[in-house]
Amino acid sequence: MFGKLTLESIPYHEPIIMVVAAIMAIGGIALFGLITYYRKWGWLWNEWFTSVDHKKLGIMYFIVALVMLLRGFSDAIMMRTQLAMAAGDAAGYLPPEHYDQIFTAHGVIMIFFVAMPMVIGLMNLVVPLQIGARDVAFPFLNNLSFWLFAVAAILVNISLVVGEFAKTGWLAYAPLSGIEFSPGVGVDYWIWALQISGIGTTLTGINFFVTILKMRTKGMTMFRMPIFTWTSLCANVLIIASFPILTATIALLTLDRYLGMHFFTNDFGGNMMMYVNLIWAWGHPEVYILILPAFGVFSEVIATFARKRLFGYMTMVWATISITLLSFVVWLHHFFTMGAGANVNAFFGIMTMIIAIPTGVKVFNWLFTMYRGSLELTSPVLWTLGFIITFTIGGMTGVMLAVPAANFVLHNSLFVIAHFHNVIIGGVVFGMMAGLTYWFPKAFGFTLDEKWGKRSFWCWFIGFYVAFMPLYVLAFFGAVRRMQSYANTEWQPWMILAWVGAVIIMLGIACTIIQFWVSIRDRKQNADVTGDPWHGRTLEWSTSSPAPFYNFARLPEVGDIDSFWSQKQRSEEQLEDAPYTDIHMPRNTVAGPVISFFALVIGFALVWHIWWLAGVGAVGVFASFMARVFNDDIDYYVPAAEVERIEREHQLKREQQLGVEAQA
Amino acid sequence: MQRRSLWRRRGTLVLLALCLFLAGCSSALLDPKGQVGAEQRTLILTAFGLMLIVVIPVIVMTLLFGWRYRRSNSLAKYTPDWAHSNVIEAVVWIVPCAIIAVLALLTYKTSHSLDPHKPLESDVAPIEIQAVALDWKWLFIYPEQGIASVNEVAFPVDTPVRFRVSSGSVMNAFFIPHLGSQIYAMAGMDNDVHLIADEIGSYPGRSTNYSGAGFSGMTFEAKVTDTADFDAWVETVRTAPQTLTYPEGYEALAEPSESNPVEYYSAISPSLYESILRSFHTGGEHNMGGEHQMGAEHADSLDGETANTTDHAAESGHVTNNHASQDHAMRSHPSSVEAGG
Repeated sequence: MFGKLTLESIPYHEPIIMVVAAIMAIGGIALFGLITYYRKWGWLWNEWFTSVDHKKLGIMYFIVALVMLLRGFSDAIMMRTQLAMAAGDAAGYLPPEHYDQIFTAHGVIMIFFVAMPMVIGLMNLVVPLQIGARDVAFPFLNNLSFWLFAVAAILVNISLVVGEFAKTGWLAYAPLSGIEFSPGVGVDYWIWALQISGIGTTLTGINFFVTILKMRTKGMTMFRMPIFTWTSLCANVLIIASFPILTATIALLTLDRYLGMHFFTNDFGGNMMMYVNLIWAWGHPEVYILILPAFGVFSEVIATFARKRLFGYMTMVWATISITLLSFVVWLHHFFTMGAGANVNAFFGIMTMIIAIPTGVKVFNWLFTMYRGSLELTSPVLWTLGFIITFTIGGMTGVMLAVPAANFVLHNSLFVIAHFHNVIIGGVVFGMMAGLTYWFPKAFGFTLDEKWGKRSFWCWFIGFYVAFMPLYVLAFFGAVRRMQSYANTEWQPWMILAWVGAVIIMLGIACTIIQFWVSIRDRKQNADVTGDPWHGRTLEWSTSSPAPFYNFARLPEVGDIDSFWSQKQRSEEQLEDAPYTDIHMPRNTVAGPVISFFALVIGFALVWHIWWLAGVGAVGVFASFMARVFNDDIDYYVPAAEVERIEREHQLKREQQLGVEAQA
Repeated sequence: MQRRSLWRRRGTLVLLALCLFLAGCSSALLDPKGQVGAEQRTLILTAFGLMLIVVIPVIVMTLLFGWRYRRSNSLAKYTPDWAHSNVIEAVVWIVPCAIIAVLALLTYKTSHSLDPHKPLESDVAPIEIQAVALDWKWLFIYPEQGIASVNEVAFPVDTPVRFRVSSGSVMNAFFIPHLGSQIYAMAGMDNDVHLIADEIGSYPGRSTNYSGAGFSGMTFEAKVTDTADFDAWVETVRTAPQTLTYPEGYEALAEPSESNPVEYYSAISPSLYESILRSFHTGGEHNMGGEHQMGAEHADSLDGETANTTDHAAESGHVTNNHASQDHAMRSHPSSVEAGG
């Protein structure tokens, strides 16, 4: 009846898990109670969960990502604590059984459920506004993508309390992830969480690719698009081209595990290196899916706060495009130690290094944007400066790893861990924090508190160096990744230092949480009534903050790069007197959350081999999808009068505020 | 002034202490004990130095531009529409291109000179040791001596060693940090790495590729000795009470165990390593059409004390077959083609 699921599947005997579960349960019940008490369920469902508004979906992506960041970071600090303790004969407090799940969960969560949703969330929030569109090309699909991602995150969290998570490392290398060596349900949770969220990501890729190609406003040619839109376009091309590889690879692993096939097993003709090749054919483009939009954020931030045109726009675009193409011909550098021949290794090593050229050029372009600019040292700018320094160092260690003969001693060591945190924290995290601070007023109508933002930056920046520089050193002593304990007590001081760094980063996260609290408290003082708090250059700043659900009362027209900036310079009030027209908008839909709920049911049922329940889930997905397909009532018109009312109201608020300021 | 010099003195002290501390820790990669490791250290430091040519200016420019062009500095020039310069564009393309060109050349050269499959040049005849990763220990087989050990490997100094590396379980990687290059150990695949030690000593070795619960304890000791001590070590192993038979003894050993103690086997089943490789080539059809040339070459290495002379003919035939199947597995895997050739 319940497949492999029994009461024994719940790890009662693990005090750490039970405490975490209790905290989660108490938090969940409190949240549930509060929503019920304030009667907000209807509002949540109608205004948020079923919304197809790209801005609201972007915000929801960010909320889930921040919650998952807390979970992923808890894993990180637990690992660092373990390694600070487990030197010599000491075993630490986490047995391998638990430690191995934690480093797997940390990697999976940070990449798939923190970095990806932040990047996709930011694209959701910003891209349609930057290209002057009212929404994305497929609004329902966008909602579905979000919910598929959200239920996958739920599935990962279920694994904490029911059963176990994978003990294989974040990429679940075969044959360790095969049924012979991982008979538990951990890998199955990994499989179904990634399959469900992966489908969501693929749909997002298609959605934004079409949106950017087909929905740009009048006059916005490809080479007038803001750089963030360009980098998002390239990231979505990468998603479309690479995520199907991930889906297929995991599907083959699923066949091995569920139907006893032998794609990646040791025997019967299976080939584990085929798995490693395939997973990195997706995995390497994946890191560029994360970093390219971050590059876009820095480009926007630096140009805006330097009050200067971005240096070398065309170079920036072509550098992005070349990185996109090159990212598909470097995957083998993740496993030079496989023992491929010298020529194969040399080819992939050199290809990898070539990526450093366009990346280096980008760095110089940001520097020369600052040169002879008027740089306001706001927190987004601090994140950007911190990024340039940190990412350059990370790029350097990356090139060192790309030299095959050097890789033979650095591979699998803590050098690799230090390197990719160097680029992911220094690049993606700093980028997302900069982007969050920069576009926050566009989402909510008030700016974030600068004081706490800067504190957060300094904690992250210093914490990063304290936490990860020791790992570079340890690598030279021979310390490797994924060790639960180590015999050499000489390593311990460095491990403790790394732990201190993790604590400093924790303070940075705390500062961000305080920053939200303080900013919401002071939202009246920090209100952005102009819609353009930073004196921006691109279209998203031409509409009010928070942007109305239809984005633009009148669709803007574009004459050059940084069109909004030049309009302001010419002090043109575009089409001010033209009458408002009816606006065509998509309707909210229940299909996204419902289909995704059934997808969650399928995922959970397949993890536990509850076949009838999987059948119920499949029928549910099919039926709810059909219901959506045959629903014709999916759009409506906002009457011109309503648009006028909303715009008037905003105008009034703006004048009041300006009046108050004038009096003061 | 005085305070500053005090700080400076303290700073120097801290730096000195740090250096001593670093020197106190044995930095395996910066203090290599063999030719391969030494070349890799030079390579890492060269690449590092080359890239500093770009990295240091970038960091300096970031701090300099960020500070000089801050909004509150009214002395700095401000040109809001300046966004292109052919000279700067040329420089920012040419400099990284030039550095990467040098690095690419270095990469190409060292990929060949430090290819793990390439035998090392030496006047001393190389020895072969076969390393098999098991859950969670290392089995070392000495085909020439007909002995085996677990979690301890010994070999003479200044003698090139060809480690043939495979796995009886999941994927691992064979690594002795002081000596250089690691290589993956994969079930059913015959990988190899050539290493040499130029200093007598005992060096830690381990699996670097995560392989499950006992991974942290999957370490071994590499004992580098002079020839006499090596012979003595071999004799010690030969007097061990245990022998390793295939398949019974091997299968018992292959059962998962954590932090396995060092074990010695005075005798082993003939072509044990090949038998382990072959055990994954299930399905039978692989045994058709062998490349006898390679098989023959292989049989050579089995000559000598290992193979029981009475069984010799039969054994050679066996190995030929086995090699064909091995070769089949290699075809799907570029490394081993290289390795075999």
